[in-house]
Amino acid sequence: MNFAPFIDGSYGVTVLFLLGIGVLTFARYRRAVKRLRAVETR
Amino acid sequence: MNENVLAPEAIPGGRTGSWLHHYANPGRFLRLAKPVLPWLAAFSIFLTVTGIVWGYFFAPADWEQGDAARIMYVHVPAAWVAMAGYAALAVCSFFSLIWRHPLADLAAEEIGPVGAGFTFVCLVSGALWGKPMWGAYWVWDARLTSVLVLFFLYLGHIALIRAFDNKQHGYRAAAILALVGAVNLPIIVFSVQWWNTLHQGNTISFSGNSKIYITMLYPLLIASVGFYLCFLTLVTARLSAAIMERRAGALLLARAERNS
Repeated sequence: MNFAPFIDGSYGVTVLFLLGIGVLTFARYRRAVKRLRAVETR
Repeated sequence: MNENVLAPEAIPGGRTGSWLHHYANPGRFLRLAKPVLPWLAAFSIFLTVTGIVWGYFFAPADWEQGDAARIMYVHVPAAWVAMAGYAALAVCSFFSLIWRHPLADLAAEEIGPVGAGFTFVCLVSGALWGKPMWGAYWVWDARLTSVLVLFFLYLGHIALIRAFDNKQHGYRAAAILALVGAVNLPIIVFSVQWWNTLHQGNTISFSGNSKIYITMLYPLLIASVGFYLCFLTLVTARLSAAIMERRAGALLLARAERNS
């Protein structure tokens, strides 16, 4: 049996999840920093 | 309870757990998290990439399962983090219910989606391993079912926090759910011993009876530490962002009240 699609699929899902949540979290963090800075200096 | 989690009066006083409140102060947390976050992120990326690449390309194939065993290097760390995340959620809920600490509520709110994500990865990678090994993506085995229940508990927690107009009611209801759901953790861990499951038994033991060869254990442990650090980084960043969002909101509200 060819295991490659199953192995690639599980690694693919993991990497996509980690990248996705990482990028979204980083974007939210940067946005929160900018917003707080803008509110504090207004 | 004060709606503004950053107001000094929102932080409970008293002797009980006063050291805890000292370190769990939102402002103090932000000051601690800011310099730590880049290092935490760097270590978590380095260890996760090392563990995953080692497992995918360089770890030996299993004598019985062949290359399909490589799925272990993402499946097992995701499962461990999913359970540890729920344990952290239960601890935060305990602190929230006993001491009504607002930072514990915020932490629980931010842990939920991250833990649910790791549980999803665990379920999907497990299903992708099950098809070539068992001939089915899913069986109603005790281990698989209890992990699916864990996923639903995470989803329930996420939904319950957002289900009330008054956020404090949502936090309390979700905290009770999280604590009651913690009974599922030992069921997951011991399911392979209590029932005759299709899922294999524990391979790694900290008492020295591990049934895994060292060349497979190293990448697995590195990936696991990487996943744990990823979880910690994500939760710390999300919690910091949540505190800053609320502080910005509180400042805007205070300014609007002054001007009105």
